[in-house]
Amino acid sequence: MSGETLTASEYIKHHLQNLTYGKIPQGFEHAGSWGFAHTPEEARNMGFMSIHVDSMFWSIILGALFLLIFRNVAKNATTGVPGGLQNFVEWMVEFIDTNVRGSFTGKNPMVAPMALTLFIWILLMNFMDIVPIDWLPHLAGMLGADFLGMDPQHVYFRVVPTADPNITFGMSLSVFALMLYYSIKNKGVGGFVGELTLQPFEAKNPLVKLLFIPVNFFLEFVSLVSKPVSLSLRLFGNLYAGEMIFILIALLYSGGAALGIFGGVLQWAWAVFHLLIVLLQAFIFMTLTVVYMDMAHSSH
Amino acid sequence: MNINLTLIAQSITFALFVWFCMRYVWPPIMTALDTRRKEIADGLAAAERGVNEQALAEKNAAEHIKKAKTQAADIVAQAQKRAGEIVEEAKGNAKTEAQRIVTGASAEIEQEANRAREQLRQEVVTLAIAGAEKVLKREVDKTAHSSALDELAAQL
Repeated sequence: MSGETLTASEYIKHHLQNLTYGKIPQGFEHAGSWGFAHTPEEARNMGFMSIHVDSMFWSIILGALFLLIFRNVAKNATTGVPGGLQNFVEWMVEFIDTNVRGSFTGKNPMVAPMALTLFIWILLMNFMDIVPIDWLPHLAGMLGADFLGMDPQHVYFRVVPTADPNITFGMSLSVFALMLYYSIKNKGVGGFVGELTLQPFEAKNPLVKLLFIPVNFFLEFVSLVSKPVSLSLRLFGNLYAGEMIFILIALLYSGGAALGIFGGVLQWAWAVFHLLIVLLQAFIFMTLTVVYMDMAHSSH
Repeated sequence: MNINLTLIAQSITFALFVWFCMRYVWPPIMTALDTRRKEIADGLAAAERGVNEQALAEKNAAEHIKKAKTQAADIVAQAQKRAGEIVEEAKGNAKTEAQRIVTGASAEIEQEANRAREQLRQEVVTLAIAGAEKVLKREVDKTAHSSALDELAAQL
């Protein structure tokens, strides 16, 4: 635990608060200036014009790590016998390529690299959940106290970007925008609107057809909008729940030696199980993105 | 759990990462994979060709060996035949030579015998004449019997 004086509820709240940077709102200390929020209320009152520094930090670091490693391998890729790292990278690339070939029937050179980026990036972000949950926040608290003169109690730090809905929605809405773009590009505005209004209920009679349009539009619109929402909420929900369980297990460490050992075993067991979720959620996000892109490219 | 600028920042980051991956990561790796796949296929084809060539070469070698064996057998057979001929010829020559020597020798022997016989006859006649002279000198008057003696001498 990052502080002995915290109650269980405070501890949980502390762990679920992002490090938020923004304009400090009215009614708080230093109102009007820019800085880190000191309390969850302060962060909430910052509104839209604020940013989760911790989520963005890990998101960019992990994405850059992925691209750096893969770019390095790509630059030195030999056609001869590949080394260990190249072997791994090639394995990943072939895995994604096979998957994309299997579910994406259109022709778009962007889909496979996007699938690779999503898979590895999300995988790495999810993996941050396996790191014992107090290590990095504690380190951040010490650094914040030493270099920024902050109260370590008020240095919030979440290390799992995918347990932040901003991050998952950021990706799923980008995918959604691409879906809309390619749908209209490939089917035309008419085709896209037709897909939204003329099915699933179809009719030959023009009047009945007209009557069906609002019903069809309602159904199709809901199904269209549910795609990015479910895509991001599935990932967020799984990782958030996983993180929550790690936090609850960590609470056991303050309950004496017996409970502490029990907590250690639990944490290990949950980490092993969570590995499955980490991998599976990254895979599902990637696969669904490819499927959605395929839907945007193929007409009914 | 607030929705804020992080959403936009993450979207921009996502776009940049996908662009980078699409531009600098994916194509070189795929090119390397494709090139290697082609190289392996070529290598396998070459190996197949090598195996075929080896089989062909083995067949050729076997044929050559077979031919050489037949030739060698022919040569040996010819040589044996020739050797037989030479032996036969030598035998024939030897026989004729022997015959010739034997014939020569017997002719010489006969000649020698004839000469000895002639000599013997001369000596017998001389002896008989000498004996008869002795006897006749005593009992026969040369004059009285000269006609008979002449007759005899003429007969001899």
